[in-house]
Amino acid sequence: MSLSKKNKEAFLNPLTINNPVTVQVLGICSALAVTAQLEPALVMGLAVTVIVAVANVVISLLRNTVPNRIRIIVQLVVVATLVTLVSEVLKAFAYDVSVQLSVYVGLIITNCILMGRLEAFAMQNGPFESLLDGIGSGLGYAKILVIVAFFRELLGSGKLLGFNILNYDCIQNAGYQNNGLMLLAPMALIICGCIIWWERAHNKDLQEK
Amino acid sequence: MDLLSLFVRSIFVDNMIFAFFLGMCSYLAVSKSVKTAFGLGLAVTFVLVVTLPVNYLLQTKVLGPNCLADGVDLTFLSFILFIAVIAGIVQLVEMVVEKFAPALYASLGIFLPLIAVNCAIMGGSLFMQQRIGLEPTDPKAITDIVSAIVYALGSGIGWLIAIVALAAVREKMAYSNVPPALRGLGITFIVVGLMAMSFMCFSGLKL
Repeated sequence: MSLSKKNKEAFLNPLTINNPVTVQVLGICSALAVTAQLEPALVMGLAVTVIVAVANVVISLLRNTVPNRIRIIVQLVVVATLVTLVSEVLKAFAYDVSVQLSVYVGLIITNCILMGRLEAFAMQNGPFESLLDGIGSGLGYAKILVIVAFFRELLGSGKLLGFNILNYDCIQNAGYQNNGLMLLAPMALIICGCIIWWERAHNKDLQEK
Repeated sequence: MDLLSLFVRSIFVDNMIFAFFLGMCSYLAVSKSVKTAFGLGLAVTFVLVVTLPVNYLLQTKVLGPNCLADGVDLTFLSFILFIAVIAGIVQLVEMVVEKFAPALYASLGIFLPLIAVNCAIMGGSLFMQQRIGLEPTDPKAITDIVSAIVYALGSGIGWLIAIVALAAVREKMAYSNVPPALRGLGITFIVVGLMAMSFMCFSGLKL
């Protein structure tokens, strides 16, 4: 299957030069809150990808039938239904993770990535393009989540996905200590700031004056 | 005393921005000048204070286990109903502000409708839903509608303090020499991180 240039852009741009978190500044709330460990971050990234993709397709199919005045409510209802489904599935099959994510699963409803993509893309484009755009945006979001969670879990608790990486006597005796601050809220913000710094240093187009 | 403790805790310890990152999107986007930041902060506080009691009644009288009828638990509907209540009330607030405070309406512009999808509002309702189930002795517990209102007011004021403080820092920062790649979003993230760190000194607060 070969994709046209426009479709490729819809899929790939959110992963790189038009990342939802670091460039469009959408969906930051949950991006920061669930990243103290890698596992919830992966689950959250996956959940958001699925929801954005499906919601994009549904809204794109409905875009010609929904009157303009009530489109926001329709979008919210579609998203809320999908989030309810995902939340129930998580509770059934991954209960521990759903407890860790707590209210942030419900907050996917108010994740700006969803409303942003629905308004900006799905209302104007066909279902297939919207699907690609949704998957791309979701993965772009998941990418940032995974990077932040990787550093926070590795430096904060010396583990990755719960497996021990740095908590061995030989490392601890050499003077290395886990940095507990990494697990707390402020470091999520600072790491995210550093990612943006790195990205903009490599891509001058994104810099603000 | 319990109410006072709940109020102070929700402003400083469980601050919506610094502890839970709720409402981050509009927090970063609207914090360029103190005046608009104050307006948005007031709007968020107001919407929180109005929506939380409604959602509290919804949760305790309709949705919760055995509320509507024995053996009926509608908690899974809470996402949809909460967001519907919030969206409806935001619409009302928008009309009231447009009628009675046109200047504020003009300066808030697009951000008022966005309050509907502000995570702080929805997050407030979801946290309240969690706190209803806690033991009454827990300082975080929300036991009746008064404590729900107090919690909403405290959370809103905490959000207001956070956004006004950030806007003030950003106004001053306009004069400083920030590396080009950090300008705008990057340095804002780091400033918020440092502010969150300073707010962590409240975490042992007891009343």
